[in-house]
Amino acid sequence: MPVLTYREAIRAALSEEIERDPNVVIMGEEVAQFNGAYKVTEGMLEKYGPKRIVDTPISEAGFIGMGIGASMLGIRPVMELMFWSFYSVAFDQIVNNAANVRYMSGGQIACPIVIRGPANGGTNVGATHSHTVENILAHHPGLKVVVPSNAADAKALMKTAIRDNDPVMFLENTILYGEKGEVPEGDITLPFGRAAIARTGKDLTIVTYGRCVLHSLAAAETLRASKGFDIEIIDLRTIRPLDVDTILRSVAKTHRLLIVEEQRPYCSIGSHIAAIVQEEAFDELDAPILRVGTVDAPSIYSPPVEKQQIPNVDRVIAGILRLL
Amino acid sequence: MRLKNLPDHLLAGKTQTHLISSSPAKQLPFASFNPKFSLVSKKSTEPTGAAAESQMPAVSLHAKAPANAKLSAEQRIELYRKMVRIRRFEERCLPVYNSGKIGGFLHLYIGQEAVAVGACSLMGKDDHVITAYRDHGHAIAVGMDTKPLMAELYGKITGCSKGKGGSMHYFAPDLNYWGGHGIVGGQIPLGTGLAYAVKYQGKKGAAMAFMGDGAVNQGAVHEAYNLAALWDLPVLFVIENNGYSMGTSQERSSAGGLAERASAYDMKFYICGGHDVYEVRATLDAALTRAREESKPAVVEIDTYRYRGHSVADPDKTYRDRAEIEDYRKTKDPIQVFQNQLVLEKVLTPALIEEIDAAARAESERAVEFAEASPFPTIADIQRDVYWETDQPKRTSEGRIFFNLP
Ligand SMILES: Cc1ncc(C[n+]2csc(CCOP(=O)(O)OP(=O)(O)O)c2C)c(N)n1
Ligand SMILES: [Mg+2]
Repeated sequence: MPVLTYREAIRAALSEEIERDPNVVIMGEEVAQFNGAYKVTEGMLEKYGPKRIVDTPISEAGFIGMGIGASMLGIRPVMELMFWSFYSVAFDQIVNNAANVRYMSGGQIACPIVIRGPANGGTNVGATHSHTVENILAHHPGLKVVVPSNAADAKALMKTAIRDNDPVMFLENTILYGEKGEVPEGDITLPFGRAAIARTGKDLTIVTYGRCVLHSLAAAETLRASKGFDIEIIDLRTIRPLDVDTILRSVAKTHRLLIVEEQRPYCSIGSHIAAIVQEEAFDELDAPILRVGTVDAPSIYSPPVEKQQIPNVDRVIAGILRLL
Repeated sequence: MRLKNLPDHLLAGKTQTHLISSSPAKQLPFASFNPKFSLVSKKSTEPTGAAAESQMPAVSLHAKAPANAKLSAEQRIELYRKMVRIRRFEERCLPVYNSGKIGGFLHLYIGQEAVAVGACSLMGKDDHVITAYRDHGHAIAVGMDTKPLMAELYGKITGCSKGKGGSMHYFAPDLNYWGGHGIVGGQIPLGTGLAYAVKYQGKKGAAMAFMGDGAVNQGAVHEAYNLAALWDLPVLFVIENNGYSMGTSQERSSAGGLAERASAYDMKFYICGGHDVYEVRATLDAALTRAREESKPAVVEIDTYRYRGHSVADPDKTYRDRAEIEDYRKTKDPIQVFQNQLVLEKVLTPALIEEIDAAARAESERAVEFAEASPFPTIADIQRDVYWETDQPKRTSEGRIFFNLP
């Protein structure tokens, strides 16, 4: 199987979809001539030309809104936010127009738009550039939210996202862009709402997604070696829809749940998963549900300290040890 | 109102393009646009019967503009009929609102009818319209049936948005009408996107994105201006300048002219009066033709006026004079102006005027009956029309997509 970086995998999906469907357009700041701020779209302008790969001004409300409007007429724009953090200046367009227009029209309109870009901390770019926004997006019915952790998933989920007729918010991670993984060849898609069991085990379930899957896998290996723990890891892949069944099945097996996420604790994705599990599987639990997340403050710049603010392998190990 | 804000050259042009009035015409006994009614009465309108001395100009300077000269008598009557239907529909909404059967806000378009009717009458199959929350006029102008419009206000499932949008969120994509948007200025990037799609798909159409005079101060509007001009998108940004954003006059909210802001983006702009439907058509025909043929955006500022408060909840007592409303009504009421024009053209007769009015009243009555008789959405309907996917017989994704509490 070919080995691609996460970045190349997304690029492959974008390219294949551009070739498949003449309505797909890639748009965003610096995506064309500059090759993408994070080089996801590198080489695509040369290959597909300026009608399909479009540089926009620094004007998120304008171009995201424009993309939503174009999608109502059947264009399938894939809009890059240089950082998801910049969604705040386009927030009205996303939550009022993309999320609501179908509903408010009584189902007469579809918005097949994808908005993509990195949403993560850990790169010492300070609080303005380090927002993790999946909880805020997932709070809006009408939006779908995707959070791939590896190259193969990123490619398959991006293809699904582009073909989906609802607005899809695709959250990547700058630290994962260089991560390599085997990516099956061919036209492979993955349905939203199907989690992956990244590691099977019986002593404890970790529910996680995005880069935290990597921390969790490393922590589980360490504790298997040192203490013989057998930990199951569920990679959610998508936040909305959410694969609740896989979570509940795993909890029914392990009876212990740790949620690892790069969110701040208050009103996070983990808060909601904890609520669901205690509502629907209370009797399966042998211990309180615990979470490992980001220390509750704006993202600190200081490089060594930021590493401690967000989840890392040591903090995941500490979380596991509180449960086992 | 706003004329004094205009630079001299525009003022001069504007006066020229306005209606001329050599000898005030005698107003016909179509007094159902009784000034008194629209000001104070909450009851239904009543004809006064008496011929009033009119201060309205008799001949539209724009009757001979190509867009208007080519109109058949039937088409002229249809323009008139649409304006009357909008007014009667909205007047009929008032008692319903006051009886508590319509929730939320009700922003009436009364006084502005010539703008939506003139603009939408120019639409071809690849032209599109989007507007803000004062959207009833545009809805009727593009051809929506008033029954589902009234039912929408009642919150009934038979409403044009299944009772999910309300007064501010009317939609009819089948008629190229893309809403109905509640966030001031938020629809303008969407309208720009409609134009982007039209151009991308190689069609010869244009989008008209309507907004109020208050909306021009929103950042999203300026971002859209820049994109449209930068990429030569066939979009018209139509400012319906009724002089006020809620209770704030243009003078108190906007520095400088409104249309003139287009120049900063190297965009053409037009300014015209909005009470003569012929003038609206003449101006927009030129702008639309240019948009379609040359794929060029423009700003079109149309001077108009609303008789009613910002919404029905606005007591309308603090920010403008009654005299100002009265003056507009006497001199510029768009329906009366066009009625006078068509009488002069011998297209309308007193009998036809009566017939059109009676039909419009009867239509709004039937709309009320339809809305009254219709059912409300069910609790299950709350979660329909959220996702395209979940509205299909079979889902494509897996997992939980609605998070219902047990
Ligand atoms: C972003 C936003 N801010 C404020 C409001 C509340 N609001 C609704 S309409 C309005 C006035 C807008 O005036 P204008 O654009 O002139 O349109 P008009 O009502 O005159 O048609 C305001 C302040 C809103 N709906 N959206
Ligand atoms: Mg206004």
